[in-house]
Amino acid sequence: MADVVLECSGLRKEYGDLVAVDGVGFSIEAGETYGLLGPNGAGKTTTISIIAGLLDSDGGAAVVSGNEITTKSTAAKAAIGLVPQDIAIYPDLTARENLRFFGKLYDIGGSLNERVDEILDVIELSDRADDQTKEYSGGMKRRLNIGLGLLHKPDLLILDEPTVGVDPQSRNAILENVERLGAEGMAVLYTTHYMEEAERLCDRVGIIDEGVIVAEGTRRELVTLVGERDRLHLEVSGDASTVADAVSAIPDVESCSSAGSELEVVAVSASRALPDVVLSVNDAGLDVLTVQVSEPDLESVFLHLTGKALRE
Amino acid sequence: MIGAAFTITAKDLKERFRDRSAIMLAVVVPLGLAFIMNLTLGPVTEQSFSTGVAVYDADGGPIAVGFGEMLAGIDAAGFVSVTDVATEADARWLVDDHSVSTAYLVPQGLSEAVAANEAAEIVVVADPDQPIGSAVGKALADGFAAEVNAVRLSVATALALGADDPEGLAVAAQESSPTIVLADALTEGRGFDFSSFYATGIAVFFMFFTVQFGVLSIIDERENGTMPRLLVAPISKQSILIGKLLASFLVGVASTVVLWLSTTLLMGAEWGGSLIVIVLIAAGVTAAMGLTAAIATIAKTAEQAGAITAFVVVVFGVLGGTFFPVSRVSGAFSAISRVTPHFWLMEGFRRSSAGEGIVDILPALGAILAFAIILGSIGLIRAQDLVRHQ
Ligand SMILES: Nc1ncnc2c1ncn2[C@@H]1O[C@H](COP(=O)(O)OP(=O)(O)OP(=O)(O)O)[C@@H](O)[C@H]1O
Ligand SMILES: [Mg+2]
Repeated sequence: MADVVLECSGLRKEYGDLVAVDGVGFSIEAGETYGLLGPNGAGKTTTISIIAGLLDSDGGAAVVSGNEITTKSTAAKAAIGLVPQDIAIYPDLTARENLRFFGKLYDIGGSLNERVDEILDVIELSDRADDQTKEYSGGMKRRLNIGLGLLHKPDLLILDEPTVGVDPQSRNAILENVERLGAEGMAVLYTTHYMEEAERLCDRVGIIDEGVIVAEGTRRELVTLVGERDRLHLEVSGDASTVADAVSAIPDVESCSSAGSELEVVAVSASRALPDVVLSVNDAGLDVLTVQVSEPDLESVFLHLTGKALRE
Repeated sequence: MIGAAFTITAKDLKERFRDRSAIMLAVVVPLGLAFIMNLTLGPVTEQSFSTGVAVYDADGGPIAVGFGEMLAGIDAAGFVSVTDVATEADARWLVDDHSVSTAYLVPQGLSEAVAANEAAEIVVVADPDQPIGSAVGKALADGFAAEVNAVRLSVATALALGADDPEGLAVAAQESSPTIVLADALTEGRGFDFSSFYATGIAVFFMFFTVQFGVLSIIDERENGTMPRLLVAPISKQSILIGKLLASFLVGVASTVVLWLSTTLLMGAEWGGSLIVIVLIAAGVTAAMGLTAAIATIAKTAEQAGAITAFVVVVFGVLGGTFFPVSRVSGAFSAISRVTPHFWLMEGFRRSSAGEGIVDILPALGAILAFAIILGSIGLIRAQDLVRHQ
């Protein structure tokens, strides 16, 4: 079993009468990417602010790499890298100077220059490294914002909606970076209100609404939890009923029904079952004319759990 | 902790240095102003300020004579050149002609009125085209009037005690009066010539503007969003605060030192002995930081803080005598001006400029240090509050 990097439980934060975070708890292992998915005002930023030691909580505890984190922690915070929701860089300094400054605060030491070059390479800012960041485009600033969180190779990287307001190309680069970091063994906590991002990046997702995690698990677990199923809808070149039994026998397939030339398949994983389904159809001497794959997404899970849409 | 604080200081200094408007405000503008002041007051090589005044004396009594003597004394010190004229019209004509900045019209019966404890006035005719000269002229008359009031008070007291020669007493009181207020100001101020006065006055005034950037930069970090980054770094809150305050202190001291050196070299200003000047600057910058920190924390945004600070700094600058000498102006104004750190800084510089030693400067220095400690502690407590996440 991999090491648990973040363990938090019972986190609570009140603003007057408003309970912004209400008993939030989850854990993240090394190499795992955990998504906190929820609409505006759900309590995502508040939750990670407590975990990062920015905000005093009104209850609960967050332990990162074995140390409890509070606003008074100092050395223990070195295990955390935070990419704030709002861009947080010095406009009068260059990207290199921004990186070197924070690198010194994290006491990276002798290898600082190399590490800065490495990060500049990763965030693709090497050729603009010595320009003041006030001259950067929004996407470039976002990339530097992320680079600053990675600099000291934290055990836990927290990204708070890092793709908001980013052009599609930069966004893709950001997502690829996060995927790679997870693969390299970093624990990543990623908040977003884009369910596509959560689905693509996250090993597990916590769905948060009004300060409460309403459900948690892999996408599949969540989908199953709310009783949704993957479906395949095929149109074949003949009578579909002749292949229905063969398709039903495929291990991943839960049930199969036919109507005329159309075949309706319910599967554990639609995309995994698809090749076998097509083979069975071909074995029966028929061709597949069209295929529709429908895998219920987190959007529908969210709708199911909270009765509201993820994005207003 | 110290390492992190220094890292933050170095970063702040780098940022400040890149910000042209900050350098403008800290060095270029005050230096330019000092030059302009100096030029309007006469050739750069001429170190002392002098203005012409005319006196029409229709009285001739002891009070008028005392006034004339006071002016003669200042004339001898080289600060004014006095012309006695025979008629009121002549006096006014010299002002209209810009030959003098100020004409004093001493009315007939002035001395008698004073002796009889009645209202009396010396009319001051000022040339609006010579604002500084006429301000000085007005200040001389004010100072003399304050002195006469003091003398009259002692006469009145003596009368109440049963003396029967009020005129003789008045003269005696005037003669025995240990200092004549204005003469005192200007003789003590020998060497505090006007280029030195404006150099130090402008430096003190701008010192309070320069250091406010340090405190405002804490609010800036919050508005920049970089404060959360500093707070999640493995460093203490105190090192963030210390780092930022140290940067502010260094910028304040450095820009004042630049003004000191450049006004000394280029304008012949005389600030005084190096050690004393440095101590005064360091204490002044600390007091200034405390003041701005205490004020800035009232505000919600950096912009708001800047506006409030600017207001207070200008008012204190005027009250504290950074624009014109107030060290011997009398009345409520002088009492109020003493509650500004500016007043004591100017007092310190006035004395150090006159070549006085550390012992003579101690009272002023003590007052500045008291301001530094009190305002500094309030500022430190308030600034600590600024180092927060939102
Ligand atoms: N400093 C504060 N004072 C009062 N209320 C606050 C404060 N910060 C957050 N809140 C409230 O707490 C709730 C949660 O806010 P939070 O910023 O954590 O949401 P979020 O999930 O990050 O939303 P978004 O997607 O918009 O960033 C919101 O209702 C917000 O208005
Ligand atoms: Mg948020």
